[in-house]
Amino acid sequence: MNMLKEAIISVFGSEAKLAESQRPASVATCVVPRDRFSEAAKVMKKAYALLVAEWAADESALGRGYGVFACYRWGSEYLIVKTEVPSDDPWFPSLSKRFVPAFRFERQIMSLMGITATGNPDVRPWIKFEDWPEDAWPLRKSFDAAQQMPRVAGEYAWARAEGEGVYEIPVGPVHAGIIEPGHFRFQAIGEDVINLEERLGYVHKGIEKKFESLAWQDGAKLAGRVSGDTTVAHALAYCMAVESMTGCRVPERAHWLRALFLERERIANHLGDIGAICNDAAFAFMLYQLSRLKEMLLRTNLRLFGHRFIMDRIIPGGVTVNIDPAGKRKILAEMDLLARDFEKLVTIYDENSSLDDRLRDTGILKPATARELCVVGIVARASGLNLDCRISHPFPPYDRHDWMELDVPVLISGDVHARAWVRIHEVRESVRIIRKILEDMPDSGLSVPVARPSPDISGFAAVEGWRGEIIYWLQSGHAGEISRCVVRDPSSVNWLGLELAVLGNIVPDFPLCNKSFNQSYSGHDL
Amino acid sequence: MIRILRQIFRTGIVTEPLQAEVAEEIKEVGARLEEAIRQRFRRSLTIRQVDAGSCNGCELEIHAMNNPIYNCERFGMHFTASPRFADMLLVSGPVARNMEIALRRTYDATPSPKLVIAVGDCGCNGGIFGESYASLGGIDRVIPVDAYIPGCPPSPTALLKGILKAVG
Repeated sequence: MNMLKEAIISVFGSEAKLAESQRPASVATCVVPRDRFSEAAKVMKKAYALLVAEWAADESALGRGYGVFACYRWGSEYLIVKTEVPSDDPWFPSLSKRFVPAFRFERQIMSLMGITATGNPDVRPWIKFEDWPEDAWPLRKSFDAAQQMPRVAGEYAWARAEGEGVYEIPVGPVHAGIIEPGHFRFQAIGEDVINLEERLGYVHKGIEKKFESLAWQDGAKLAGRVSGDTTVAHALAYCMAVESMTGCRVPERAHWLRALFLERERIANHLGDIGAICNDAAFAFMLYQLSRLKEMLLRTNLRLFGHRFIMDRIIPGGVTVNIDPAGKRKILAEMDLLARDFEKLVTIYDENSSLDDRLRDTGILKPATARELCVVGIVARASGLNLDCRISHPFPPYDRHDWMELDVPVLISGDVHARAWVRIHEVRESVRIIRKILEDMPDSGLSVPVARPSPDISGFAAVEGWRGEIIYWLQSGHAGEISRCVVRDPSSVNWLGLELAVLGNIVPDFPLCNKSFNQSYSGHDL
Repeated sequence: MIRILRQIFRTGIVTEPLQAEVAEEIKEVGARLEEAIRQRFRRSLTIRQVDAGSCNGCELEIHAMNNPIYNCERFGMHFTASPRFADMLLVSGPVARNMEIALRRTYDATPSPKLVIAVGDCGCNGGIFGESYASLGGIDRVIPVDAYIPGCPPSPTALLKGILKAVG
């Protein structure tokens, strides 16, 4: 029983058509008339669904116009609502009245695909900078990706705040630390932040367009470089989307190895983040202790799997590396060592009153706001939203719920401390899962060949990376090639959360808030 | 507090000599390097890292250079927040079109004489992203580069080795 599909059909009746081309079958696609696209969003909102992503595809090579898609989630269900837009009249009704994250998704669609979202009050370009030619819409099929774009004169309209004592602080794109580039503009009175405006897009490398020129097998490599810290989860989501299109059955052991890689990536990144959060509160001890543990994990990865971040080890159809009994023992011993040291450090974190003072009640993202913004992953779980694809959209071994007994931490305070504490809990949980996976890992091959997808079908996958839910949506062209690859990193929605979480905080706490979110720039800018 | 002290003493010093594969080189390069940093940079090589469009993989490894195991500060090198204080720019790539101006400005803000090192396969030649409407390719398409450290991403050891070579 698909509640969301039922909800759409009960309102739209025969006006909503089910698209047969969507894989896997559990993710339904309803095609609705263009003028009723936002009405569908209203129905979804009423059904208590959250907006996952909104994107567009140029289907001119398939003999149609553009397709505009909105993906919704309710519990473990995903539903895609599509509307068809003729090429000579490219507009669709905005969903921004119903769902806040639609603002940015639609700005992106307008900037990169050139389809107007009527009713969206913010039509400033996003990712496309003011010095791009106005008619450069790289995601259109008619756009030549190899061309060098000239720079044109233009100006970006920043949000302004005026009044006595109000001043602005521009930060970036080149930041003070060893981090990715992005621009933040604060308006503050004294120390208090009254507004933060993010400007991202600096590391836009044309990833989505690049996918369209690659073979299916090579796509996994590029997906693994969408965000280097999440290479496993991105490659996995891409591969799962491809596998859903071809009906390929991945060997059981490959699934389990993928889960092992995913959990190792989660631990490594969480260790780094917890340390960095403490370091931004001037408690460097934790950073150095935890980075020592993180380094231990990365070295084991290198020794057992041939890469410190396990890059390029997941391919469509399976994995390329196995683990032998000696490797298992190595990881189990490492997990023991990690768990022991980690618990000591957690006690120190917990007993440290100055950390408590800095982290608690700082950068609060209230549960109601988190819901409005449709945030995902650690940010969502620290703000009372119980979301985790490992439970709602599982692949083996996560689908064995009774055996795995995955415990998803959900806190409601939504502050920096909550986001750190969710990570702490997840490290413990991942250690437990890794032990379980190693104990019971089934024997089988590592990969199977993947057929070429049929023409004009689409695939979907959702994977819980360490930041949160990663979505891939793939579409094949008339010759069965990659026609469109949509990447939705958790950062695409979670960046909005940071803008609201810092309001009312003091400027010097911004690094702390930012670190507790630690969103990807590259995964957002693509 | 006692727990913190106990953890510190129990952990001890974890910094390692550079690994076996480079140990031989380090024996000769290491001595020369420290000498070079001492003489040319007055014992302190100050690095400004710039991400000109990377996927963040290289940044993770550059971070790791600062962890207690690699402890790059023992060679007298440290990372600065401003290009104005930098002797060296450590640039990861490819150069995104949207970062080109910021990269040029950072380069111009760095006082001469300066060294530029391109980090990672993408920094060296554009890597998997190549050249397109959004990616300009390797770092040397935009600013002059003195040394290259390939790898996807280069390991902390490879980074240290590359930096040592560039100044040595």
